[in-house]
This record gives sequence, structure tokens and C-alpha cells, in this order.
Amino acid sequence: MIYQPDFTDIVANVDLLARGAWLTLSLWAIAYAFGLAAGLVLGMVRTAGQPLMAWPAAAYVEVFRNTPVLVQLVWFYYAFPVLTGLQMSAFTAAALGLCLNTSAYCAEIFRGGIRSIDAGQWEAGRALGMTYGALMRRVVLPQAVRRMVPAFTNRGIELGKMTAIASVIAVHELMYEARLLSANTYRPLEVFTVIAVIYFVVIYPGTLLSYRLEARLGRRG
Amino acid sequence: MTGAAILRTEGLHKRFGDLHVLRGIDLRVAEGERIAILGSSGSGKSTLLRCLNFMELPSAGRVFFHDRPVGTEETRGGATAVRYRERDLAALRRRVGMVFQSFNLFPHMTALENVMEGPLTVLRRGRGEAAAAARRQLARVGLEDRADEYPARLSGGQQQRVAIARALAMEPEVMLFDEPTSSLDPELVGEVLGVIKALAEEGRTMLLVTHELGFAYHVASRVLFLHEGRILEEGPPERLMKAPREERLRTFLARFSEFSF
Amino acid sequence: MDYQWDFGPVLRNLPLFLEGLAQTVRLSATAIAGGLAVGLALALMRLSGRRWLAWPAVAVIEFFRSTPPLVHLFWVFYALPILAGISLTPFLAAAIALSVQSGAFFAEVYRAGIVSVERGQWEAGRALGMRRGALMRRIVLPQALRRMVAPFVERAFELVKTTALAATLSYGELLYQAMVVVSRSFRPLEVYTAVAVIFFVLLFSASLVMRWVEARLSRGERR
Repeated sequence: MIYQPDFTDIVANVDLLARGAWLTLSLWAIAYAFGLAAGLVLGMVRTAGQPLMAWPAAAYVEVFRNTPVLVQLVWFYYAFPVLTGLQMSAFTAAALGLCLNTSAYCAEIFRGGIRSIDAGQWEAGRALGMTYGALMRRVVLPQAVRRMVPAFTNRGIELGKMTAIASVIAVHELMYEARLLSANTYRPLEVFTVIAVIYFVVIYPGTLLSYRLEARLGRRG
Repeated sequence: MTGAAILRTEGLHKRFGDLHVLRGIDLRVAEGERIAILGSSGSGKSTLLRCLNFMELPSAGRVFFHDRPVGTEETRGGATAVRYRERDLAALRRRVGMVFQSFNLFPHMTALENVMEGPLTVLRRGRGEAAAAARRQLARVGLEDRADEYPARLSGGQQQRVAIARALAMEPEVMLFDEPTSSLDPELVGEVLGVIKALAEEGRTMLLVTHELGFAYHVASRVLFLHEGRILEEGPPERLMKAPREERLRTFLARFSEFSF
Repeated sequence: MDYQWDFGPVLRNLPLFLEGLAQTVRLSATAIAGGLAVGLALALMRLSGRRWLAWPAVAVIEFFRSTPPLVHLFWVFYALPILAGISLTPFLAAAIALSVQSGAFFAEVYRAGIVSVERGQWEAGRALGMRRGALMRRIVLPQALRRMVAPFVERAFELVKTTALAATLSYGELLYQAMVVVSRSFRPLEVYTAVAVIFFVLLFSASLVMRWVEARLSRGERR
């Protein structure tokens, strides 16, 4: 027997999917922007050579990198309010979890990038009498950021895929709408195929960009 | 002409994209010949050598091994092309040894294992037999006491001698030396040239791309001078290097001011 | 803060957590093994030099790298049975989805490792008369595998974390067991914190072991 695919329900509910996609994009943008900014601070703290500050930063990074994102989101949604008494919407909890998770990964990218600048550059800056901040801003980061761009692009892709996990704590993003639609229409094959294609179409250009950036970096050495 | 031809090329051409590196090479390598190939960089001398064991596939022309053409001609849609099967090329390479400029020893194997590798996996010799033969080859290049060292612990000259032993272990009919001393520190060149000279004196057939003109003069039975992908002049070393006819060869020789007979 | 911590529910349900942990390890091990096999097949197809083999491999790799693993899980569990006319247990669905998903990443690790072996090594092997199979087995893979270890481990860790998604298919791994305990005890803070700690201890200690192994391996590389 050959299965007859039927996409009419999906077409009829395209507005739902569009709303879901909008939330997905919002989650991504918030977490990416926060993750980059907080990651920069954390990365600098870890490389500045102050053990009292570097240790907590390292612990933070390791905790978020060594636990599943889903556990993090579930924790922020169900456990965090118990601890703090703050009630959060599912969206806020998901955004918080993704922000912190992304910041931990970005911190590692910044740290690796800063470390990759050779000692001579630091010495040359110090010899000119530059402060740590000036040295970082004027000498180290401009060189390091170029090398980090492919890794950040990759992080953006991983984050894009991660947003789907927010559906588990009932954030009405794209994946959640898909699960709802599938349950209501009994058309999981069509729904999840279409959703997979949507994610692919949105994320794949990013993947291509990261290949190109990596190749360019590889050529420059 | 001495002996039967082991290797022969007819109208050999090689292009890399727009770059036309070999422009019609006709060469005959007879048994027992020691051929030195000279030429400035970019003349195509390494490419010629690499075409002989198909490290590079010729763009046109044929290579003959014992007078049998390598590769099969196939006609598809009116155009004739030569198809080189991996099996045929492997069979040829088994009988033609090569020594590279950058040694290319296998870093995850000891010197002995490097030399054993060909007999073991290609000739399917037993381990004991291969090891014994490998030790003899290492002794021949003066490195029997370094048999269990990894390449990273050997000097450049020692690595190249192991590489020569590795090629010899296959008992090849021809040896191809592709600038074997070019990446060595000057004080290490001698030990490698000494090994090659000993092989020459045994009467081995060899082709040698080199910048060591004095060595070529003393060891080669014939010298080729390549220029822009063609053999511009060839002959016995005494004639070619002391009385060059071509202006290009004269300027080439003059540039090696330290060169003396 | 006047919240009274109570880890009683966690301790009382310890067998449940251990069962969950065992299932997490089982699913991880299955998916790592599956992923390594799928990845090797994809990499060999991609490097085969035959277009009709390389193209499908590239398509699978690119698709799975650019779509969320949660979508893969749902697709395999709910959609694949319709297409194939079979039914899958949550474990099997998760194992299939995660094997193919991680296989797409492992394939790139294999490929990068193989491509990283210098051209001179290939040439030296060919010059001895080796054919492709022997060249791969004797010369290229032994060198490439060493360089692949670190990225393989990194990918395997990602995979262990991804197995938590199987909770959404009601597969009884660690997170799912925790959800069950929470629904009975109403102690989300303690239970989910405990889950996070278990994952952390598992992954962090494994990463320390791997760091040690890698240090030893890289010493071997230099010998």
C-alpha cells in the first residue's frame, strides 16, 4: 500500500507555523546577542590571570558545557522559580537557558582566540605602555576576532538547532507548533517533513557560510 | 645502444591546468643506464620523473615498460583516451622504486618497519623473511643500528637513507631519485650521495633529478638537460658538461660557479 | 531565602535514577557505535571519487548537520513508521535518529582526518605499489585516527547530551525518570538539580580522563 501524503492541513495552518517561526527567530536573536556579549566578558575574565575571578568563570563555563541543554531549560522553567520565587513564562525561561548556555560556549571561543595571539604581541603592546584594556581592544581582539569568526558562525548554527528544544517546556516556537499540528491532524509524516525542510532552508545558508569562512581562514593560515 | 629498454616514453605531455609543463618527451632508459636529469626549476624535470611511475598521469603520450604500453586505450564518443587502472599502475610501481625529495617516511613506523612495509603488504612476504631482508637493506645504507628508531628521531640524511632502503627492499628494476638531497643540510648531503654512488657502481639502472652537478658528472652515464618541458640537449657527461652546444645549457652550467671537475 | 531543601525524594528514588542513568549510557553507547559506523560509511562514500556515491552522502551529511536533533527524533518515531510500515520502540527510534545525526558529524571528522595526512605519505605508499585499500589501512588511517581522537571525543560528548532529548519520546533515560519523580514528589528544584549534577559528574569526569588520554597520545605522535 502506498501512503498518500496530504498537505492541506499544513497549508491551512501556515499562519501558526509562521508565528512559531517568529518566536524561534526571537529566541535565537536574543540568545545569540547575549551569548556573544557575556561570552566576551567571561572569556576575558578567564584569560586575565586573576584566579579569584577566573575560577568561578571556569566553573560556570564547565557546568553549562557539561550538561544537556534540555536539562538546563527544564531546570530554569521548573526549578529556578522554586529557588527564587520568581515566576517566569516559558519563553523567558527558555531565553534565559539559551543565553547562559551560549555565553558559556562563546566564552570558550573568546578564550581560545585570545590565547592564540602570540606572546610577542602582548609584549609589544606592554612595551608601548598600554593598559590591559587598551591592549585587548586595540591589539589582541582585532587579530583574534578574525580567527574566531568561523567558530561563532558554528555557534549560531548550533543555537538555531537548540531553539527547537524550547518546545519541550511549551514555548510556542516552530517545533512546538509542529508537534501540536501533528497531534491534531494525525499527519506526523507531512508535518515533521515540512518542519525539517523549513529548519534546513533557514539554517543551511549559515552552514555554507561557515564552510566558506573556514576555508578562507585555512588559506590565510 | 646498450641493453634492452626498461622504460620508454613517446611524446609525453603534462599539463597542470593552463601550465604546459612537459611538451613532448621521447626518452629511452636502457638496462644499466644511469641518467642524470638537469634543468632549472620549472623546467619539468621532476614532473618527467613523476610521470615515469605515474605519480602524475601524463596528459598525452605514452609510457612503455619493457616495450609494453602502460594503460589501455579506450575510444568513447569518437575520442580516444588512455585509461590508467589502479591495478596496472600498482604493478608497474612495484618494479620501479622512487626516492622523494622530502623522504616521506611513514612516521608511525620504525625504520625497520618502513623498509619492511613494501615486501610485507605489496609482495606479501612473510614477516620473518621481510624483516631479515629489511635488515640487510638497512645495513647496506649503514643504518642497521638505527633499525628500531622512529623517523622523527633520525637526522634528515638518515631518513633519506632509510627511504632508499625502503625502495630497494622491493628489488626494483629502476630507481627514480627526485632531488634526493635538496632538503638536506649541506653537511648531510655527502652520506646520501655516497649511498647512491654505491648503487651506481653495482650497475643499477637509475634516473636522478639533481642539482649536484659534480655528482651527476661522476656518476651518470648519460645527462639530459631539460628546458621548458623539452629535452634540449643530451649526451655523455664529459661531452655535455664540458662542451655544451646549447647556449641555455652553458648559462645554466655557468651559474653553478663552485662547480668544478 | 526560606526555601527548605529536601533531597528525600531524590534519595528515595535512587533506583529510578540509576535505572535512568543506565538507560542514558545504553542509548549513548548504541548511538556512538551506530554513529561511528554510519559516519565511516558516509565518509568513504564521500571520498570514493564516484559521484553517484558521493552526492547522496553529502546530502545526508548536510541535511542532518543543519536541522535540529529533536526534529530527527520526532521524524523517526512518528513519521518513519508510516513511511516504512513498521513500528519502533522509543529506544530504537532514538538510537536510529541519533546514530544518523551523529554519523553526519562523525563523517566530517573521518574526512578531515584522512585529508590531513600529507600528500607525500600517499605518494610514498603508491610508489611502493600499494593499492587504495592497503594504502588506507597501512599508511593513512593509522596516522589519521590519532588526529581524529580529540574531535571524536568532543562529538561523543555532544551525543551523550543529546540523548536527553529521548525523554520527549517517553524513553526512560535519566531526564525522563526525573520527570516521573517530579510528578510524584513535586520537588522540581532538588530533582532537576540532581539530574544536572549527575550529567555533569558523568561528562566532566569523562572529559578529564580523555584529556589525559589525549596528552599521552600527542606524546606518542612526537616520538
